[in-house]
Amino acid sequence: MKVRVKFKKNGAVRYIGHLDFMRYFQKAMRRAQIPISFSGGYSPHMIMSFANPLGVGVTTDGDYFDIEIKHPISSEAAVSQLNQVMVEGVEVLSFLEIAESKKMAGMAIVAGADYLCTIKKGKLPEDWKYQLMPFFSQKEICIVKKTKRSEKEVDIRPMIYNISAEDDGIFMQLAAGSAANLKPGLVMEAFCEYLGVEKDTIAFHTHRLENYADMGENDTRNLVTLESLGTVITV
Amino acid sequence: MRELALSDDILMKIEKPARYIGNEVNSVMKDKEKVDIRFAMCFPDVYEIGMSHLGIQILYDLFNRREDTWCERVYSPWTDLDEIMRKEQIPLFALESQEPIRNFDFLGITIQYEMCYTNILQVLDLAQIPLHARERSESDPIVIGGGPCTYNPEPLAEFFDIFYIGEGETVYDRLLDVYKENKKTGGCRQEFLERAAGIEGLYVPSLYDVTYKKDGTILEFVPNNPHASSTIKKQMVLDVTKAVYPKAPVVPFIKVTQDRVVLEIQRGCIRGCRFCQAGMLYRPTRERDVEVLKGYAREMLANTGHEEISLSSLSSSDYSQLQELVTFLIQTFQGEAINISLPSLRIDAFSLDVMSKVQDVKKGSLTFAPEAGSQRLRNVINKGLTEEVILEGAGQAFDGGWTKVKLYFMLGLPTETEEDMKDIPKLADKIARRYYEIPKEQRNGKCQITASSSFFIPKPFTSFQWAPMYTSEEYIRRAMIVKHEFAEQLNRKSLKYNWHEADVTILEGLFARGDRRIGSVIETAYQKGCIFDSWSEYYDNEKWMEAIEETGTDLNFYVYRSRDLDEIFPWDFIDIGVTKNFLKREWQNALDEKITPNCRAACSGCGAAIYGGGVCVEG
Repeated sequence: MKVRVKFKKNGAVRYIGHLDFMRYFQKAMRRAQIPISFSGGYSPHMIMSFANPLGVGVTTDGDYFDIEIKHPISSEAAVSQLNQVMVEGVEVLSFLEIAESKKMAGMAIVAGADYLCTIKKGKLPEDWKYQLMPFFSQKEICIVKKTKRSEKEVDIRPMIYNISAEDDGIFMQLAAGSAANLKPGLVMEAFCEYLGVEKDTIAFHTHRLENYADMGENDTRNLVTLESLGTVITV
Repeated sequence: MRELALSDDILMKIEKPARYIGNEVNSVMKDKEKVDIRFAMCFPDVYEIGMSHLGIQILYDLFNRREDTWCERVYSPWTDLDEIMRKEQIPLFALESQEPIRNFDFLGITIQYEMCYTNILQVLDLAQIPLHARERSESDPIVIGGGPCTYNPEPLAEFFDIFYIGEGETVYDRLLDVYKENKKTGGCRQEFLERAAGIEGLYVPSLYDVTYKKDGTILEFVPNNPHASSTIKKQMVLDVTKAVYPKAPVVPFIKVTQDRVVLEIQRGCIRGCRFCQAGMLYRPTRERDVEVLKGYAREMLANTGHEEISLSSLSSSDYSQLQELVTFLIQTFQGEAINISLPSLRIDAFSLDVMSKVQDVKKGSLTFAPEAGSQRLRNVINKGLTEEVILEGAGQAFDGGWTKVKLYFMLGLPTETEEDMKDIPKLADKIARRYYEIPKEQRNGKCQITASSSFFIPKPFTSFQWAPMYTSEEYIRRAMIVKHEFAEQLNRKSLKYNWHEADVTILEGLFARGDRRIGSVIETAYQKGCIFDSWSEYYDNEKWMEAIEETGTDLNFYVYRSRDLDEIFPWDFIDIGVTKNFLKREWQNALDEKITPNCRAACSGCGAAIYGGGVCVEG
């Protein structure tokens, strides 16, 4: 049975990188006695894949990984058992059965994510809230993407689905996943450039709010949370 | 949520910030207002090394069982953070509370190897605690050292207030009680140290004076205070089964060297190899009950979620219940995808059978530690491993499908001749020949025999403590002899030879048998920037040589000279049970190439029986 786990990661644990955080959850599965499945061979490993890896320093209220379990365990019991073995800052929100198909794996279907960016160092101009919509209304937002070999100009505007000013920062909904992926840091960089704010004078904290799959047909986007594709397990 | 000691800005720019945030599974949080004693336990190396150490986990558990004590952990900040902390004057902090350790009652430092000595100074320095014990004030923590290097604590004497000689489980509780009482009655630091000196096993270096003869050797080592006793008796747990064991050890977030459950099956070793310090220090050998160990395995795996379990001890094959324990672990946990990591075992039918169950035979390798190439030299060092046994074991393994063999040797052992050196490649070649005796169609391609050699360092409390060392040029010359001989062998294409760094060896030798005057070398080198000396990328031999020269330290005196049988050694005031007379006898046996039987075969009267436990009272 395939299962999707939704979790929060906040506070000091944000400094744990993706691979180490995966190891953390693998050990947690054992401590919580979740009947998880393993691959075969001399060094069997847990079947576990994260939908959208988090960078070091990024916090989340809605991230996901998929696992496979050997026999059913109720969603309620699993969430409670897992939360009993979590460290401060990590919380499991749901444990739901998902479709068997590989095409429905979190990693394969993630298409968008919500973020809240807040200023942790420096200042934006007083009127930044009024500048956000004109910034977003541009037909193109070009930034220079640097790779090891080359620099190329990319238009990030199509990957910004939504953006708005909030009391505590800037909310944005961005493309995520293998087809198109945009990091909120790049949006903030472009916005700072638009405002004429020197890049090195300001730093933002990124907080992910939710991850989505695109269930739209033809060319219409219809984002639904990864959680909504799962169903509660009762035993 | 806890406030972190380092800013987000710093944490985002250093390597592996998770080294410094604490909050790991099973780490202990307490209300600081409700405890009397704050104890910072330090392993002076990077987090991944320090977190892999069983001893600290034991003490962490032991201290935190006390309601009045909160024990936290601290490790050496890696060089990137070290630089920032110095520049920004950030005091070194403990992982749990994230508070500066200079405000703690105790700073305990485990001293596992000589090349961490500059890191001890780094920890004190970053913590903003005076390096010298005599400069510390009432508000500074009591700095206490423990671990194998404290069996010759003298090179570090001026940096520590107290050394704990022996196993931590015995008198730490009393020390903490005495501390609390002293605090309650308004006693000062000096009064506490005097009271601590009254506890068996605790050595307070400031309460002793050393005088030297004209030739540089010790004339006298005597207490200068009525509270100090003239000998310090090694502390030892008689019944290791009843000793505390950390059933819920801390689980690190990042991958550390020892990322698994560790079961300590026994302490001590019955073998009596003459170069081996641990073999003498931890006598008598004491076994943990196998049923208790089975219970620990279950509990610890459940509490940590680790996917691997390993056994820890010297010479694990000598543990009398090994078969039962290993069979239990495989039968019970392999189905749960727990990897069983075997210690290096004597190669026989049993070990080959279990090895084939827990590892891929094609990838796995066999390990032998003959330590010396010739039987003559193996008799000198009392290593009871014969060529016949090695060839027989390797042969069985080859027949079972293994193709890789690792061999460990030492160069520069007492009485070593060129013949002995050349016998190393010859032995490796004989093993390869044994492999190629198998018909071509039945074997798995080529075999791979890898021999590695380190350079021998005479250690205190061994029968070789009187032996000279060689210069690093001479060590390299010896390694070259071996290397060239390897090129002469029939199966040279299946043989590989690696040798250890020689410069570091000289320093390890200097610290291992050094006296109080060596403290200034360590401090001078540290001030020049030496740190993380056990990491080859940071080891700076030039700076060390400058420090040796500037302090007027004579390497010939400390390292290259043969010591007289009646010389007073800096560590002679420590009583480990094994007597100096026994060691002298063994030194003579070595020169006579005479074997001494292991403790189970016959008692050789080493003196450890005075403890009245372990193998000395078996059967």
